[in-house]
Amino acid sequence: MDLLSYRQTPVHRFDPRAKLIATLIFLFCVVSFHKYQLSNLFPYFIFPVYLVSAGDIPAGYIMKKIIVVSPFALMVAVFNPIFDTAVVSHVGHLGVTGGWISFFSIMTRFALTVGTALALIACTGFYGICNALGRLGMPRVFVVQLLFLYRYLFVLVEEAARMLRARDLRSFENRGRGLRVYGPLMGTLLLRSIDRAQKIHRAMVCRGFDGTIRITGTHSFGMREYVFLALWTVMFICFRLWNVSVLAGDFFVRLFS
Amino acid sequence: MHMADALISPAVGGTMMAASAGLIAYSAKKLKNEMDDSKVPLMGVMGAFIFAGQMINFTIPATGSSGHIGGGILLAILLGPWAAFLTIASVLVVQALFFADGGLLALGCNIFNLGFFPCLIIYPFVFKKIMGSSFTRGKLFFATTLSAILGLQLGAFCVVIETLASGISELPFGTFVLLMQPIHLAIGIVEGLASAAVVLFIHTMQPEIIEGTKVSTSALSFKKVLATLVVLAAITGGLFSWFASAFPDGLEWSMFKTAGVEELEKPKNPIYGILESIQEKTAFLPDYDFKAEPEAAPPAGEDPAAPEPEEASWPAVSPGTSLSGIIGGALTLIIAVLFGFAVRKRKVVES
Repeated sequence: MDLLSYRQTPVHRFDPRAKLIATLIFLFCVVSFHKYQLSNLFPYFIFPVYLVSAGDIPAGYIMKKIIVVSPFALMVAVFNPIFDTAVVSHVGHLGVTGGWISFFSIMTRFALTVGTALALIACTGFYGICNALGRLGMPRVFVVQLLFLYRYLFVLVEEAARMLRARDLRSFENRGRGLRVYGPLMGTLLLRSIDRAQKIHRAMVCRGFDGTIRITGTHSFGMREYVFLALWTVMFICFRLWNVSVLAGDFFVRLFS
Repeated sequence: MHMADALISPAVGGTMMAASAGLIAYSAKKLKNEMDDSKVPLMGVMGAFIFAGQMINFTIPATGSSGHIGGGILLAILLGPWAAFLTIASVLVVQALFFADGGLLALGCNIFNLGFFPCLIIYPFVFKKIMGSSFTRGKLFFATTLSAILGLQLGAFCVVIETLASGISELPFGTFVLLMQPIHLAIGIVEGLASAAVVLFIHTMQPEIIEGTKVSTSALSFKKVLATLVVLAAITGGLFSWFASAFPDGLEWSMFKTAGVEELEKPKNPIYGILESIQEKTAFLPDYDFKAEPEAAPPAGEDPAAPEPEEASWPAVSPGTSLSGIIGGALTLIIAVLFGFAVRKRKVVES
């Protein structure tokens, strides 16, 4: 994921703040629709599609990720058709219940929100996001915390994977996978992590650490960012006010009738 | 347990986001006062540890499934409440951004449910009260397990409230509670045992890590535990009613947030979505067939939290709209995708 954020496309070069704010406005607009408003949601696909295609991000990769995390939303949404059985619309002779509409509405929202979040990180990178958060007034301690977490995430995950492999090699027929081994295993990892933190701290103090991490930012919030932000905001609000899907559908129907 | 953006309304998401942002700012301030630099890398590494720790599973006897630590209470025991809250919050941010585990707007909800309860409620009011000043293995085991269970129960209950307040899911309150609480009781017990195993090991190896954070001097007494539980119940109840009463405000606020950015005059009224769309339809397409049923504009504006709006929205929709909705939806989808291809094409040509 991080590799994607090192690419150089116009989207990558925008100031992270502009992208972050645009995404937040986007999310607010998308989730502010009523649960039966399904058609209103479709125009919003243009934003994640724009980020993915202009940012040169493999679309299949993002889609795969969306599908991987969909079960939770699916689990909650699947109850809607069961509890809400009032027929609200007809397609030909087929009655469509409110539950099914809200089911598809939830799933569409899910695809939109998750897809956009993933696209944002893919074309901004975590350091960019942290930078933006810090400049937008997030407490320094928290920004530093995020940076640290991200830095050591992969180190510790690798260590845990090694320990897991070691345990698997020594445990047969599920013996040794219980709580009795788990406690010391995790405890050891924890103690090692604490040790590591102390070492890191000493090393950082030697290099002049004073409680903040400075990120060299090459971005500035210039004319391009204002235009980017303004264009998308106006677009989102237009989509919010007018149902573009229905308008387009009307136009189409009238064209052929 | 992680809530997704698709299931919350902007009112709930915004309110919880504000609440969590406030808590983060407050914790950061608290931490600044008490902290030495050495805690900074410790917090970061502990956050990473939570990720790594969740990879390591243990099998649960007789069930065939496996469990792992949740993290909230363990962090609170190791780092103290404020640092633990910030650490959990950072873990959730990374999960939301990279693993799409919980949405960006729902981040406020998730931080509140998974961070606020274990770190800032359960740890000081349950764990510390039980531990008192003396650290025995039995007490440590009991306190850790109980704290993990209670923390998860409160969190799960909050998920139910937030989901229902959003009004996207059709699940009735009772069913949802009955669905969530037992599942999370089971998860809580597993997590509690796992956390207790880790805490006990640490206590055996390096007791100063765990005992170093003790501040409270009161010993365990049944009365105190009981009193704490009552307070806890009151807080939960208070939260619930706060939600109920604050709802219109949150709604107004979020409407302002969604639409007020570009000084639009119309959406100032707190009426949620439906009425607005009806208004527009009648205004922008005055000669179209679904303008009929004028009773579709009920005086629901006074009480948007009531379940009426769902009913009210329906008379305004006729087969004509749904047909054009379907066609138009497909059309815009296609346009969006084509747009994407166009952008990509052009870029390829450029490069």
